[in-house]
Amino acid sequence: MVTLERSPALVERPEYVRPVEQALGDVEISRQLSWPERVFRIDAVRQVSLLILLAAIWQIYAAAVSNPLVIPTFRDTIDALWQGIVDGPILLRAWTSLKLLAIGYAAGIAVATILTLAAISTRLGTDLLSLLTAMFNPLPAIALLPLALLWFGLGEKSLIFVLIHAVLWPLALNAYSGFLGVSTTLRLAGRSFGLKGPRYAFKLLIPAAFPTILTGLKIGWAFAWRTLIAAELVFGVSSGAGGLGWFIYENRNQLEIASVFAGLLTVIVIGLLVESVIFRSIERITVRRWGMQQ
Amino acid sequence: MTPATVSKLPTPLLSVRGITLQYKTDRSLVTAVQRASFDVHGEDRFVLLGPSGCGKSTLLKSIAGFLPPVEGEIVLDGAPVAAPGPDRIMVFQEFDQLLPWKTVRENIVFPLVENRVPRRVAVEKADSLLARVGLTKFADAYPHTLSGGMKQRVAIARAMALEPKVLLMDEPFAALDALTRRQMQDELLRLWDEVGFTLLFVTHSIEEAIIVGSRILLLSPHPGRVRAELNVPANLQQGGGEAQSALGRRIHGMLFGEDLGEEFGGDRSWRRVHGHA
Repeated sequence: MVTLERSPALVERPEYVRPVEQALGDVEISRQLSWPERVFRIDAVRQVSLLILLAAIWQIYAAAVSNPLVIPTFRDTIDALWQGIVDGPILLRAWTSLKLLAIGYAAGIAVATILTLAAISTRLGTDLLSLLTAMFNPLPAIALLPLALLWFGLGEKSLIFVLIHAVLWPLALNAYSGFLGVSTTLRLAGRSFGLKGPRYAFKLLIPAAFPTILTGLKIGWAFAWRTLIAAELVFGVSSGAGGLGWFIYENRNQLEIASVFAGLLTVIVIGLLVESVIFRSIERITVRRWGMQQ
Repeated sequence: MTPATVSKLPTPLLSVRGITLQYKTDRSLVTAVQRASFDVHGEDRFVLLGPSGCGKSTLLKSIAGFLPPVEGEIVLDGAPVAAPGPDRIMVFQEFDQLLPWKTVRENIVFPLVENRVPRRVAVEKADSLLARVGLTKFADAYPHTLSGGMKQRVAIARAMALEPKVLLMDEPFAALDALTRRQMQDELLRLWDEVGFTLLFVTHSIEEAIIVGSRILLLSPHPGRVRAELNVPANLQQGGGEAQSALGRRIHGMLFGEDLGEEFGGDRSWRRVHGHA
């Protein structure tokens, strides 16, 4: 409501109005990209080409070293892998490892859920979670194995205990920070709809914090997988069926170095598949579709 | 307002009786609102207007049930307000009030289903409200693909779907650009005309208060106290800009002038200060 007293000397200019079509002219509005451009935009294509490049470097280097006891060539490793899959125990070993991993991972998620729900609902729970994560998150899960063996004996129980430890802390930490990051507006909206208690947690907080929860799940999975392989290497076979770690250990003792590499390759391939197939799909149908992650 | 005039009126839908609101920060206790009283009647478009710091948003939060008053009480339709509930739905200023993991339609269906409305009925209701706010084409889109104005339309549709006794709006258009804001104000008035809900609307814009409101409560800041309650004549806009700007100047004077409440026009010093002719 300010009245301007200064009136500048206006320069007289004609007005004009243009029809809309004229504005476009012959500017290129949209164009399809050329096929190499399009192909190279596919994530999988770029990643597979990198993999092929790495394999080629390996093959050339190993052939130059020419000492199969130190580093077998890529070809020999693939042969050993093929043999291991067709006649040998690789698939069985991988299955044993994955089964155990699934149990440990699920149990870890369950415990993390309980702990995080306690942390968001009570102040004592918050303190408990932050204290426990500060204490146990830096502790390598594998360091608990000797103790676990003492408590639960040589067997799956010890491994599951260690796996829970590997999954629990990174997941609980991420989930909790995710809950803290849920915007006040969204919280208030949920509460005014009448959401309370578990319904509020499961229908509002968890989906709203899902991007960080997913990060926690990914970190937890990687921790669990490496911990499991390491644990199998340390104490090997139990109840007749060893996992991939045991496969690697066994073959090293027999100086089947190509098979050791095949075992390592299997560990890596499973890791890649879980990351790029399972987690990527979850991301695509959740956080990316919802626009919560670019 | 004197008690004598109050007694002649019908029972108000929402009655705020001498409430004081305080909140604690890490360092201190802040009194946001001091002994505020006012009544809102059915189908009012009641506007809380005041400069920042007058506690109008805090007041709205308290009516929504998020902040219990330390003194006084809030009575809605005969029952005291104790907790948040679907009879008082709030539309916020922020665009992130929609659930990003649900489509536009599901955002409206979700609170209905949570409040025991059968799903089929909820979907029908959502679709008819989306048609009302002109978003039928976007029913299956996710909120992040919508513009700010469209998100606010969805939030309004969602709030109306729950048929709250009073619709609370906390500067819902403040984050929009001026053109969209103008359009949204008109749409809100049109919706009110068609449906006839009770609206409690917070704003810091005098212009918006006059456009949206049928009655305006003026609050003064630090702490928030009731300064005045004014009527906005119906169809003021059609009566030409003059009546509108006269009311605007009167409110402006009350908010920024020194003690001009009763004898507005007596002391004109504020006009010079604020550049009025």
